[in-house]
Amino acid sequence: MIGSGILKGMAVTARNFVGSYFDKERLITVQYPEERDPLPENYRNFPFLVYDGDDSQAGLRCVACKICEKECPPQCIYIVKSENKKPDYMGKPQFYPKIFDIDISVCMSCQICVEVCPFEAIKMDKDFELSRRERFDALLMRKDDLAKSNDYYRRISPTDAAGVDAKLAAAAEAAAKKKAAAPAAAKPATTATSPVSARASS
Amino acid sequence: MSVTIETLEAMERPPVSMGSRLEGELLEVSMGPQHPSTHGVFRMNVALEGEIVRKLKPVFGYLHRNHEKIGENASYLGSMPYTDRLDYFCSMTNNWAYALSVEKLAGIEVPERAEYLRVILAELTRLQNHASLLGFLLNDMGAWGTPLMYAFREREKILDLFESLSGSRMMCDYMRFGGCRVDASPEWLAHAKKIVDRFPRFVDELEQLIVGNEVVIARTQNVGNVSPELAVSAGITGPMLRACGVNYDVRKVDGYGFYPRFKFRIPLGEHGDTYDRLMMRVLEMGESVGILKQAFEQVPTGPIINPKVKIRAFRPPVGEAYGRIEAPKGELGFYLISDGGTNPYRYRVRPPSFINLTILEDMCLGHTVADVMVILGSIDIVMGEVDR
Amino acid sequence: MDVIPKKPAESMEPIEQIKARIEAAVPGASIEILQNASPSQQHSLKIDNEHAHDVAKWLHDDPALRLDFCSNVTGVDWLDRTVKKMVKVKKVVDGEEKEVAETTEEKIPGYLEAVYHLYSMTHKHGPVIIRMRTADRAAGARLPSLTPIWRSAEFQEREIFDLYGIRFDGHPDLRRILMWDEFEDYPMRKDYREPDDYEYEPTPHDDVLERAKRYYTPRPQIDGAESIVEPLNG
Repeated sequence: MIGSGILKGMAVTARNFVGSYFDKERLITVQYPEERDPLPENYRNFPFLVYDGDDSQAGLRCVACKICEKECPPQCIYIVKSENKKPDYMGKPQFYPKIFDIDISVCMSCQICVEVCPFEAIKMDKDFELSRRERFDALLMRKDDLAKSNDYYRRISPTDAAGVDAKLAAAAEAAAKKKAAAPAAAKPATTATSPVSARASS
Repeated sequence: MSVTIETLEAMERPPVSMGSRLEGELLEVSMGPQHPSTHGVFRMNVALEGEIVRKLKPVFGYLHRNHEKIGENASYLGSMPYTDRLDYFCSMTNNWAYALSVEKLAGIEVPERAEYLRVILAELTRLQNHASLLGFLLNDMGAWGTPLMYAFREREKILDLFESLSGSRMMCDYMRFGGCRVDASPEWLAHAKKIVDRFPRFVDELEQLIVGNEVVIARTQNVGNVSPELAVSAGITGPMLRACGVNYDVRKVDGYGFYPRFKFRIPLGEHGDTYDRLMMRVLEMGESVGILKQAFEQVPTGPIINPKVKIRAFRPPVGEAYGRIEAPKGELGFYLISDGGTNPYRYRVRPPSFINLTILEDMCLGHTVADVMVILGSIDIVMGEVDR
Repeated sequence: MDVIPKKPAESMEPIEQIKARIEAAVPGASIEILQNASPSQQHSLKIDNEHAHDVAKWLHDDPALRLDFCSNVTGVDWLDRTVKKMVKVKKVVDGEEKEVAETTEEKIPGYLEAVYHLYSMTHKHGPVIIRMRTADRAAGARLPSLTPIWRSAEFQEREIFDLYGIRFDGHPDLRRILMWDEFEDYPMRKDYREPDDYEYEPTPHDDVLERAKRYYTPRPQIDGAESIVEPLNG
């Protein structure tokens, strides 16, 4: 019968329409921004710099090795290395980035900077509400905008952060052992506690 | 049911003389680049006689960004996120095709679990690509919104899976040379299995919407026929080729990944018309669900990436390789020439939807303007890939 | 777990045999096997331009090969280069015959190359890779078109013409395809230099900005919305 195919299709639409009142699977729209779906833990959007401790500038893990700048596919990272060394959070003198800019109007959140970083200093953020009224300088993230604490990192991606913390703690422990084993160690090994164990004890 | 050229021409030329009738005069119309049915910025210069297409020249390049040049200037790894942006509906299969080519070039082994994850993600990509293509195609035919929204609802669930695994819905950047970037948790696999188990319900609904629908049949059957000889000669691949009855699927022919371990059939069409191309997608979704179910059962535990592959300063040996996979739109190939450096000397993408457009003119000649939309929609193009 | 079947591509005849059979079938054709040292082991056949059409036709029609599917067509740019070779030469030094290592420099003029990846849909094997080389990178950049044999080369040869500047003789519709018709250079060539103003990036540290400054006035360092309010007040 001609028209039966259309009627069958109508039945499908009717089923979907009525079903959307009862079946959660048929109505998956969320009324953003009042309602929000929880973000998955692996979600990534633009990188940030991790710092340990309370001082956002002194505690930066970044040592301005410029690997991420070189590997970044769209070349959106710009780093100027410091001339002098400054003690980092663990008290070890390190270079630090004098300038660290990420142009997030160019960045495509590909996560390659995170993968290549040997110091666990750059991680992916979850902040996606970044609309600006100006399209050039407002989207150029300076070092101050990028620095976020390790606590923040633990909050947004707990699993990854726990892994990173354990890795750093193990590295710090190994370094401390090495130092203790060396007879001419100037500094006592106890000062070289990891940021994790220091935080855990406080 | 379908309208043949002869009858349309008879309609065009009424027996009564109409005085200043423009007998045989062609009207040139530029369709696109801003046209809802062109799925992006694609333009067709059409010469019309009345409503009948007498000539059609596609115009490309509105989205051209010289992807290949970018690839030659970026490191091997640095090109991976750019491949997401080729066919932005199917970033997982683009990743796979590129990773496969580099693995061929450098002779890299892939761990078993990673191969299974790749198959799972590629088939999920096929599901969501075909679902949204059918939605768009019905949209082009005038079924405004409703089927597309149903398709997007299902696609959304799969994109959520991609997001929770790779961190991004569409720009996944998931695969790496010699494996994958993030491991899938057992919860993720369980959730994905649940979604795949529910997927046939949607396929059935979609079939009920379109298979017997008189309007769909009238608009698609005997429209845009392609002969198998022309399709093979023009290098047509993917569902469009199989709609002509040519049994050629890179998954079976090359047996890349772990596809030889799965049991699946290749749906084939008979007439090579738009209806067959449409049904090909419906049937392939069913087969993909079958592959996914087998993959979820077989997926082993183990490492997901070959530890020998360096992330930084990756240098394949001097030589060249052409790797290809069966992407949802057809055969997606990457051709790489290495001179031993950190970036490829030549980086070439063989985009399926670009080459499938070769016979657009042949398919459209003699049909009406309205049919051009449907024919173009059934080719399944994404301009990010066509223009590169 | 089942045993993974061997890839069907390996069932194809060896490339040396293909070469011999072409040379027997197309008299006068000079075929050269280009070895590929990488693990992919995809060797290619360099065919001469005069007999390219006949060779391609034979590859397409030969019942054992039946390469009816031309998957990928692409261009490659090879610049002028010098190859330094260490050659051991026997020389008379101080009345004694010695083996002395000598470096010889060989200048290889640049050329453009078109690469065709051929598969067979009938026999489901492949790829057979054929290459053609132009005489030089300027006026001699001409090759015979293989579009009459494989229709799939139509757009891809146009693309090579557009991006590399190889003219394909016998192509039905050789126009630019991705770049606009008025564009003059060939962007995929290795020595292509983009014009100074081709991209204006707002990144303040990029050298693109330095070059672009010559074409664009510096933008004011204010919030965009402020400039909208001003005329309303005034």
